[in-house]
Amino acid sequence: MNESFDPLKGDMLQILNEKGEPVRRELIPGLPAEDLQKIYGLMVLTRSADLKALKLQRQGRMGTFAPSLGHEACQVGSAFALGPKDFVFPYFRDLGTYVTLGYPLKNYYLYWMGHEDGMKIPPEVNVFTLAVPVGSQLPQAVGFALAAGLRKDPVSVMSYFGDGATSEGDFHEALNFAGVYRTPNVFVCYNNQYAISTPVRMQTASRTIAQKAVAYGFNGILVDGNDVLAMYAASKEALDKARDGGGPTLIEAFTYRRGNHTTSDDAARYRTEDELRTWEKKDPIERFRLYLQNNRLWDEALEEKIQKEAEARINRAVEDAENTPPPTIEDLFVHTFKEMPPQLREQLADLKNFLKESGR
Amino acid sequence: MMLNMVQALNQAMHQEMERDDRVVILGQDVAVDGGVFRVTEGLFEKFGAGRVLDTPLAESGIIGTAIGMAVYGLRPIAEIQFMGFIYLTMNQIINHAAKLRNRSRGRYAVPIVVRTPYGAGVRALEHHSESTEALFCQIPGLKVVVPSSPYDAKGLLTASIRDPDPVIFLEPTRLYRAGRQEVPEEPYEIPLGKAKIVREGEDLTIIAWGAMIPVAQAAAEAAEKNGIFPEIINLRTLCPLDTETVIQSVKRTGRALILHEAPRTCGLGAEISALINERTLFSLEAPVVRVTGLDITVPLAKSEDYYIPSPERALQGIKKVMEG
Repeated sequence: MNESFDPLKGDMLQILNEKGEPVRRELIPGLPAEDLQKIYGLMVLTRSADLKALKLQRQGRMGTFAPSLGHEACQVGSAFALGPKDFVFPYFRDLGTYVTLGYPLKNYYLYWMGHEDGMKIPPEVNVFTLAVPVGSQLPQAVGFALAAGLRKDPVSVMSYFGDGATSEGDFHEALNFAGVYRTPNVFVCYNNQYAISTPVRMQTASRTIAQKAVAYGFNGILVDGNDVLAMYAASKEALDKARDGGGPTLIEAFTYRRGNHTTSDDAARYRTEDELRTWEKKDPIERFRLYLQNNRLWDEALEEKIQKEAEARINRAVEDAENTPPPTIEDLFVHTFKEMPPQLREQLADLKNFLKESGR
Repeated sequence: MMLNMVQALNQAMHQEMERDDRVVILGQDVAVDGGVFRVTEGLFEKFGAGRVLDTPLAESGIIGTAIGMAVYGLRPIAEIQFMGFIYLTMNQIINHAAKLRNRSRGRYAVPIVVRTPYGAGVRALEHHSESTEALFCQIPGLKVVVPSSPYDAKGLLTASIRDPDPVIFLEPTRLYRAGRQEVPEEPYEIPLGKAKIVREGEDLTIIAWGAMIPVAQAAAEAAEKNGIFPEIINLRTLCPLDTETVIQSVKRTGRALILHEAPRTCGLGAEISALINERTLFSLEAPVVRVTGLDITVPLAKSEDYYIPSPERALQGIKKVMEG
């Protein structure tokens, strides 16, 4: 399917239109009702957890935070397609991805609250630490996939980044390596139209981001990033293909960053209210809800249950995160090397002495 | 077996790749060509394309890929063809290789070795002669290792490959084929973080590493003819520094000379001098002296000898610290 959409022609995979009506009925993924409702629940959880974080930030209970509002379909849809052994290299706007993978929400909050334990990844979750330096996770994702390939380990590696990252040298180097070695990578670009204030037309003169894959010798597909079924279908096919030795895929998820870049940003400085309203009408959650409703897979009772569960999970996560004691002084030192060299032992002792003497 | 440094490094990689199938090599021209200095010669033939990988020409990509491979569970040795091109990898090395263990609270580690030839004295092109080791010593989470002989090269590289943390392994280009030395056939490790007193003496302590060790030796021999007996410490590992060995020696001799090829300002000599002042100022009989490269761009072939500290300049430094 993916290969039948030519990014050079600007073809875009869309399964549901903005009213939630199937436009390509034959491409609807064969997911059981239970999974469809689960996907919906994860999108709602992502939205609520994101809005909660924003609220906490405004109350001074959370640090600078990168909101995911509007990305629920591309995050949840792609991550839901992952196989149990597949591995993920996310970036800093990936709440829905983490949530879908079962990453503890408490840890996610902890990280943005400025606690190192937030990136303490439970062993059962196949996810990497989130990347802050833009695009730098991409060569790492390729290295992981290359190693898996060398070991004949049937693992696909999904990595996420924004449209701004496609201007970075590491994007080029990573996709070039992936093409040369035919690694089992799936690159998912959230083309959310802005890198902080810089619009995508200032990042690239290419008509699409997906078409860049052509230059690296593999397939790229432009997908409606607000259509969760399209995101799932494209991702599932790309992940299966990679796992079967078919090489990498670049997925461009065409979407819109409805929030600020981070809580330190003011998007009103560089984009119009009209533009924002246009994209609010393409809301990914509402679109999918309408689809479920039309197929008798959604009703008010389900909505209430999902909302309540999300709220309970979020409240528990916030409580757990806020009750987590700050890292100990030792914690700050012990993970620099496997074994602390004398210099660190000495500096740790000095700091402890200072704190003791100053009565802290 | 009499080996030069290139052969000693090559033997270390052969043996470690035999011992541990997680060890892989990647870099530009490292496989079919055996590396531009032939340090990886024969490894591709022996271990195949699945263990020795020629890469596209992209330094950041090489190190980023190596990090990902390490996270998967391999132990990559990445070659950067010359130190002048390692700057392209700084984002990957500083922001990720060095920080990942801490960022993930120990779940992910980056046991990679980044090998690169460094230093002047081989009449090379611009960007092929630098000694910017101090850049890496400033970064928490990195180890920085420099061999100065075939014996050290094998033992230090073996230890670096086995080390659980990222190691920047700087190979003094000038010493690659400078001479042969008896190197044990069997694998051995020289522990990281430990310096070695390579010449005992009582009048002053010379602290040096890499290509400056032979320079220090030559200067010491000349000094002995004048009745001055220098002790020479070969640091072997620049980070973490073996402070103890340095301080104990300076306590005994009362005088210290730091000899390095890197530019003077903020070079490692500054750190060592500060440590001496902090720990043993009152055993000093003279101010610490630095003999170093210059704070200029390393000159091209015709003039590079003005830049590199010579035995004569080192000897002048010895006289200064003895008079001081």
